[in-house]
Amino acid sequence: MKNPQRSPTNPGSVRSRFTQVFLQSLLRIRKHSPASSSSSSSLGEFLKRCHRVKVAAYVSMARAAGTRRAWSRAMLWRVRHDAHRHRLLQGRCSRSSSRERSPGKKKRRTKKKKKRRDDQEHGFGNAEKLQKLVPGGEAMDFSCLLDETAHYIKCLVTQVKVMRSIADFYSL
Amino acid sequence: MSSRRSRSRQSEAVSGISDDQIADLVSKLQRLIPEIRNRRSDKASASKVLQETCNYIRSLHREVDDLSERLSQLLADSDSEQAAIIRSLLM
Repeated sequence: MKNPQRSPTNPGSVRSRFTQVFLQSLLRIRKHSPASSSSSSSLGEFLKRCHRVKVAAYVSMARAAGTRRAWSRAMLWRVRHDAHRHRLLQGRCSRSSSRERSPGKKKRRTKKKKKRRDDQEHGFGNAEKLQKLVPGGEAMDFSCLLDETAHYIKCLVTQVKVMRSIADFYSL
Repeated sequence: MSSRRSRSRQSEAVSGISDDQIADLVSKLQRLIPEIRNRRSDKASASKVLQETCNYIRSLHREVDDLSERLSQLLADSDSEQAAIIRSLLM
């Protein structure tokens, strides 16, 4: 009996899961976007919808990849955290005008000396840039980072392919 | 070179990750990146692979941005017929 947990690594099933979740999100966005004719929708609405589509794409991919991967967990956490912080700030602005400290503070992770030695042995500081690009990368050691990056790139490529084919289909 | 060997042995003792494993992972990453893959050279230094990886991820992010702009535009313009088709495909 095949362990069902192995299916996330199969690109075919990741792609189909992503496609399904993303299409559902797109339909939801379209339903909830303001019912205005195309010429009158403002730039602000367009940008908001654009942002929603982008977040939906990343979230759908993270969900399709499953929570076994550190990058997908980190991405889902980040999106949820940002959305929560956004809602908090909005609520605070509407409720009172008192100045309050923003709940989300950027955490500075102190770099350990051993990690820097690893970087200098293998990656020469490029690993730092990579850590910033891969979600959750700052908490990973070097070999973990490489492994997660490989999977992240595979999923990103799938995401781009699916998005492009959806866009081509819609623009027929 | 002996200092490097002793350093790698020390890191191996501490973290259990060998240089071979790292080289394996780097080469696996290298195979995914089209820039390096097309140049047909088996060996690329780790820092070059990482650099190209960063560039590749950034370009993929840019593509996602462009595609979501395009999709957002299409969502605004699309008629309901295509949405009904997609919805029926999903059911």
